[in-house]
Amino acid sequence: MTHEPMPSPGMRESALFDRNVIHEIQRKAREGIYDIRGFGAKRKVPHFDDLLLLGASVSRYPLEGYRERCNTAVTLGTRYAKNPIELDIPITIAGMSFGALSAQAKEALGRGASVVGTSTTTGDGGMTEEERGHSEKLVYQLLPSRYGMNPDDLRRADAIEVVIGQGAKPGGGGMLLGQKISDRVAEMRDLPKGIDQRSSCRHPDWTGPDDLEIKIGELREITDWRIPIYVKIAASRPYFDVALAVKSGADVVVLDGMEGGTAATQDVFIEHVGIPILSAISEAVDSLKDLGMHRKVQLVVSGGIRTGADVAKALALGADAVSIGVAAMIALGDNAPEHQEEYEKLGSGAGYYDDWHEGRDPAGISTQDEELGKRFNAELGGRRLANYLRAMVLETQTLARACGKSDVRNLEPEDLVALTIEAAAMARVPLAGTKWIPGLNGNTE
Amino acid sequence: MGTAEQTVEVVDLTETTIRELNQRLHDAADGGPQNWRITHPNGVHAIGAGINAPLEIDIDGHVGYYCAGMNKEANIRIHGSAGVGLAENIMSGTVIVDGDTSQSAAATGRGGLLVVRGNAAARCGISMKGVNIVVEGNVGHLSAFMAQKGALVVCGDAGEALGDSIYETHIYVRGSVAELGADCIEKDFKEFHTAELTGLLAEAGVDADPADFKRYGTARKLYNFNIDNADAY
Repeated sequence: MTHEPMPSPGMRESALFDRNVIHEIQRKAREGIYDIRGFGAKRKVPHFDDLLLLGASVSRYPLEGYRERCNTAVTLGTRYAKNPIELDIPITIAGMSFGALSAQAKEALGRGASVVGTSTTTGDGGMTEEERGHSEKLVYQLLPSRYGMNPDDLRRADAIEVVIGQGAKPGGGGMLLGQKISDRVAEMRDLPKGIDQRSSCRHPDWTGPDDLEIKIGELREITDWRIPIYVKIAASRPYFDVALAVKSGADVVVLDGMEGGTAATQDVFIEHVGIPILSAISEAVDSLKDLGMHRKVQLVVSGGIRTGADVAKALALGADAVSIGVAAMIALGDNAPEHQEEYEKLGSGAGYYDDWHEGRDPAGISTQDEELGKRFNAELGGRRLANYLRAMVLETQTLARACGKSDVRNLEPEDLVALTIEAAAMARVPLAGTKWIPGLNGNTE
Repeated sequence: MGTAEQTVEVVDLTETTIRELNQRLHDAADGGPQNWRITHPNGVHAIGAGINAPLEIDIDGHVGYYCAGMNKEANIRIHGSAGVGLAENIMSGTVIVDGDTSQSAAATGRGGLLVVRGNAAARCGISMKGVNIVVEGNVGHLSAFMAQKGALVVCGDAGEALGDSIYETHIYVRGSVAELGADCIEKDFKEFHTAELTGLLAEAGVDADPADFKRYGTARKLYNFNIDNADAY
């Protein structure tokens, strides 16, 4: 990693052309290509940190923090499926492909999630035995590429997720660069080894919500209406997209904000397309309520979920559960300080590493290199993930009890205030210390 | 019709729901009737989706979307035309449609054979991953888009952007090609290709001379990004 000299008082950095911007212009001029990277948005956008929960006092009655029960279980897919998914905690593991992640990392996700009674999700590359074997509840993604798609895996999945968009790249397809197309990945995806694999941005056999409804009907027929069908959308126009997903027959809508992670896409996509999850949840909930489907079609939200506070606030805004991707990878060991020296050799550092697409991850997580993959201990990784999930659940319960709730899903917008006008307008909760919700009461015109 | 094995199970879709029919077809993987005739399909969607057994099925009439979707092992003959996504993601077996088929026929198919006696609309064989497709008539635009494996045989003409961003699928066209897509080029026949085409035509029951066809496939110039190829995207 190159260390920049400390600027002297006489040196003024441009706000528009800061060092990162200058570096990127120089790199583009040298290489002639946009920046591709993993991780999620790094710019600051209004987020759950801009909300606060209102604990109980005289006007509200709290629950005793360590003694009184606070339910965290949630059932997803109650609308049509014979066998909805019953989760012990309202935090699920988002779709991450074998290809993007090593087989060991996929196994660890399954191990950790299963210990705490939640689900994992496949990704753009098919279902591996490692993740099916270690995931008690596994959601099988149906993506535009259909890599590895087959009816046998559909039938042994616990739910299907029709992926229409991803928060990191609404309207964009997937990408797996050649260095990660190993023999096994190539075979699963029916592609030559070593080529850059691009997944299309649209499904190959349907266009528009009317077709989607028929497609979902086909998937239900293939699976004999046993398992729930989720529809995953990127947060861009959530009111209309959620309505159309519901109209198309979704049991569950998964809404991914712009903060959501990716294994690889253009930086310009990650940072400049889509809207923050904070602003998307209220629109999605409004859409469900307007259709009379809130809580009937469950809403799972994702994008930058890190703590139990984020979980509690998302649930308070009306979500039924949340999903994590980047945070799960970090829990497994991604960006861990013990790899600092090797991150530096890659021109990065622990806490900064986002070149997940290059396949050289010293932690053995975002790689298909067999030697690097062997470094990662799936059992230990699974335990770390389980610990992290448990800690987040305890945090969520702590906050819910403080608000007087015996079920984390009883948290409600009334429990929230916003620290900024922007967050108040986006989340549709009052600015702290006021009754003002910009756009909803007063100044509506 | 003498033995139990040869008994044809007749299902009238004006009297039976698609759910009941598909459940019975799925259950046939564990035994039961192997020969089926489905009458009055009337454009119903997802007929025979998800079959997982070597059934012999005749469908008398037009079918809607996703007929024979993800088919495994069954041989399905449609005596009519088919809607969108016929035999999408087919794994094995054979699907033959006597009439025309709408867009995205055999999309992402991973094995088996699709035969279209009439024309196939746009995106025939889109993202195909091992299926073989024989179309006696014409195919629409963007056919074999991002096609990965398998072969597409077109006895008539092909529309615009044929084989755009193609990987390793082999395309054979007897008629004209309105336009080749990015990274798709005309290629020489080698012995293997002549044998492959001859075999597919025979398997599909099409009387055509392989010598009348041209072959198209990947130039492999877009397999790894190169800024000098940016204008191809």
